[in-house]
Amino acid sequence: MVTPDDVAYIAKLANIPVSDEEKQQFAQAFAETLTVIEELRELDNDGILPTHQVTGLKNVWREDVIDKEKMFSQQEALANTDKTYQGFFVVSRVLEEKDV
Amino acid sequence: MKWQDKYTPVIGLEVHAELKTDSKMFCGCVNDPFGAEKPNSYTCPVCLGMPGGLPVPNKKAIEWTLKIGLATDCQINNFSKFDRKHYFYPDLAKGYQISQHDLPFCYNGHLSTSEGIVDITRIHLEEDTGKLLHKTIQDKKITLIDFNRSGVPLVEIVTEPNITSGAQAKEFGKKLRQLLRFLEVADCDMEQGGMRLEANISLRKIGETDLPPYKVEVKNINSFRFMEQAIDFELERQATLLEAGQVPTQETRGWDSVKNKTFAQRSKEEAEDYRYFPEPDIPPFTFEKSYLEKLRETLPKLPEAQAEKWQAELDLPLDLINRVLIIHNSQVKLDRLNEILAELKSQDLNLINFFNDLVNKKIKVSIQKDAKQTILEFRKLHDTETIDQTELNNIMQTVLKNNQDAVIKYQAGQTQVMGFLIGQVMKNINKKIDPKIVRQTLQTALEAD
Amino acid sequence: MSKLNTLTLQQTLTGLKQKEFSLAELYQATLEAIDEKNKELNIYLTLNNEALKKAEKSSNLPLMGVPIAVKDNFCTQDLRTTASSKILNEFVPQFESTVTKKLLEAGGVILGKTNLDAWAHGSSTETSDYGRTLNPRNTDHLPGGSSGGSAAAVAADFCTIAIGSETAGSLRQPAAWCGAVALKPTYGRVSRYGVAAMASSTDSPGPIAKTVEDAAIMLNFLAGFDSNDATTSSQPVPDFTAQLGKSLKGIKIGVLYQDIAGLEMVNEQLEKQLSVFKDLGAIVGKTPALNPRYAISVYTVVQRGEVSSNLARYDGIRYGSNRSHFGAEAKRRQMLGTYTLSTGYAGKYYELAQRIRTLFIEDLNHLFEKYDVLIAPTSPGFAKKIGVTKRAAMFGELEDMLLEPSSLAGLPGINVPYYRDPETNLFLGLNFITPMWQEALAVQVADAFEKNTNWNTWRSKS
Repeated sequence: MVTPDDVAYIAKLANIPVSDEEKQQFAQAFAETLTVIEELRELDNDGILPTHQVTGLKNVWREDVIDKEKMFSQQEALANTDKTYQGFFVVSRVLEEKDV
Repeated sequence: MKWQDKYTPVIGLEVHAELKTDSKMFCGCVNDPFGAEKPNSYTCPVCLGMPGGLPVPNKKAIEWTLKIGLATDCQINNFSKFDRKHYFYPDLAKGYQISQHDLPFCYNGHLSTSEGIVDITRIHLEEDTGKLLHKTIQDKKITLIDFNRSGVPLVEIVTEPNITSGAQAKEFGKKLRQLLRFLEVADCDMEQGGMRLEANISLRKIGETDLPPYKVEVKNINSFRFMEQAIDFELERQATLLEAGQVPTQETRGWDSVKNKTFAQRSKEEAEDYRYFPEPDIPPFTFEKSYLEKLRETLPKLPEAQAEKWQAELDLPLDLINRVLIIHNSQVKLDRLNEILAELKSQDLNLINFFNDLVNKKIKVSIQKDAKQTILEFRKLHDTETIDQTELNNIMQTVLKNNQDAVIKYQAGQTQVMGFLIGQVMKNINKKIDPKIVRQTLQTALEAD
Repeated sequence: MSKLNTLTLQQTLTGLKQKEFSLAELYQATLEAIDEKNKELNIYLTLNNEALKKAEKSSNLPLMGVPIAVKDNFCTQDLRTTASSKILNEFVPQFESTVTKKLLEAGGVILGKTNLDAWAHGSSTETSDYGRTLNPRNTDHLPGGSSGGSAAAVAADFCTIAIGSETAGSLRQPAAWCGAVALKPTYGRVSRYGVAAMASSTDSPGPIAKTVEDAAIMLNFLAGFDSNDATTSSQPVPDFTAQLGKSLKGIKIGVLYQDIAGLEMVNEQLEKQLSVFKDLGAIVGKTPALNPRYAISVYTVVQRGEVSSNLARYDGIRYGSNRSHFGAEAKRRQMLGTYTLSTGYAGKYYELAQRIRTLFIEDLNHLFEKYDVLIAPTSPGFAKKIGVTKRAAMFGELEDMLLEPSSLAGLPGINVPYYRDPETNLFLGLNFITPMWQEALAVQVADAFEKNTNWNTWRSKS
């Protein structure tokens, strides 16, 4: 059972604004999806390791060199928004300290 | 009764240090956020979080992290990976930070201090965030964001909570900084944010072994001195609460260096849920024993080990050695110094004089000068001049004539007057000569009679 | 003579080389078709006004300036890229994705950006924030998705060839629904750099084309290690056209039979095709495989988890608009993904799903010990009617269940249309799967099969 309150908490974690109506709708949709997911328990997976990467690649890295071509100029970096000020991106005052 | 008689401090540190690679952790952007002329001028699709940006790890940053682990006697994880750590904040371009969760590169190491060994729980690698600047412009409160720092490689070192005083924490911090600088992987300039400190502080009753039921995190400390003060303050504050029968609130506090106290910051109702999962864009890492051995061989002789060697081989006092080590804080300088020392030894020159001259800045070991040059300088400082034997004989005869009672005393067996006679001869010579030569000449003359 | 825009890539390149027609004529025919039908079909979201000019500058390069449709989740420098979301409505990238960079360097021209399910979530192109795309074969029906726009562009001859991407079905399923060929390469064969990420561990860019040969030609230009993408392989890139025309004698083909309700019709149709392979000298066997129903669960969890993470960067600060502009489907998927990754549930769902994923990989590996190529229906049925997606939260996953296992395993696959319903003008497609890195074999077998169907006759009838 997924309640609208559960949805509200998840929406906060996911940083997605939801209306009260959406909370109801999503609670229903989640319940449906979770029923399907629960089927996973039907398969015997004892001792099976998870696959996070199908490539089998290991130790992929790059040399410590500067890639001038890939870098943006300041203008390019700022080009996709008009909320800028003297070369900075701008948001309204962030009040909370991040807790990390 | 002092609280120290009842309680033991339980302190753990979390240190972040920016690695001074040329390029960022997951992209080829310039790694120099403090030196950038303009904000947002060292970015690219990857560190700016553009659609389709993909991370590619910096090999040097990983190797340097492994080196730090090897230098602190850590175990290196055979299998390691990066993970995504999710939270939303304007300085975090992707909405997640690429970090390491359950399989850090290094774990279970230690650094010793004068108050005991501090265990290192883990050392891992992650990326730094952008920088925020709070301003009020035209009466509007806004926050400015600069992503030049976004993606800079950050190594995180976490200790076990077995630090027991502010002083020890400070010593640990300084030792760690010395090590990182010595390895030449980080500048640790605290004013530039190159090294950041956090302390977890609590008290437990002496004799108890369980961890206390709370801990207070003190963040945003930007000097070792402030860290020591903050810890000392916190310990007092917590002891007072405990004595009053209260359990200190588990919270995050900041340090006010003006008022000299910690203060509570806005506390969160629930712990942050970072939803870690393995970074799908970066394949995992395995390190062969042979690779780690090769890496270990490239480690410089670390300050501590060098000090022990000099003590044993050169028979020099420890505090003089340490003062010399502080000046010669890189492998290249140490290599040159060791070259010079070997040469000094073979020429039977005075090592204590040499070390003292280094500390008193009369001599400088520089990579541009070769060993022979430095030795020449040293000899000039201490070397004696030569004297014509005839001239010496003349002066000596004069002295002997004027000091007949000393001569008689010497010849009677009171050889200690030799010192006086040497001094008299030296006074009359206007050169700096080796007293040994004077002694020899005098002896020959006195015993001949 | 058929209209120039209906020619295959191979025919177009030959025709241009032999000067049978000019680029200008080719573009004229293509643009006429677009002028006539794009408003109705809603295939292109953005058209490149400089296309012909660019084409003429590229005429000496291998792709000779041919017009290519590109799915709108590829960042194209200076050309609007929306991922079919209102969040990126005004986004003009300042950099080029690796795939489009390679296309341009080879002389291809991006004619326009095609519609998709917003953020590539979906199997219908009905969940685009810019309206649905219609199936050019029958406009009462959907084109499939998420690369519905690109598949439709090929089917409607709005381009010579198209580029799309697949997470679990998004290339092959719309190709099956629209009647087109799609080649999903091995995961790691083609760079994902610059493609708005969906499920990072399965996303694979690839071509949608008029013939198998065309798709193979295009893959030659797209494949290869990319230093910008740590999951691309350094495996040598063969000439994917090298095995075309070679005999199928002795090749072992396994037919994946899923005895699941709802698959009776496609299984029956597939049965009729088996003689084609036998006549070509292949050895055909039938085999059961792990029930794909579970693949749905695995895919749902993995995909939504990864997507909730990949969409976290869209906060409206550096580009785009804020998160309230996400469509309902995007909101739903992100929240479900957040939920399955959250503490207490991470061990429950995400880790579990990745373990079942291993079972699928092992299952397919076992099958490849016996067979060289596996075939199965691409889709459980014909293209569905418009409006169906509104009803089910799990719509896409059910539609893609036959494709999810091989996608989760990173295997390559090709869709080839093989049956046309004369009444509805809709198609069924056959999916050819090989082990990793063996696209050339899949191409060989799929091409031989294609040449034995009436595909060439049907493909350009409207």
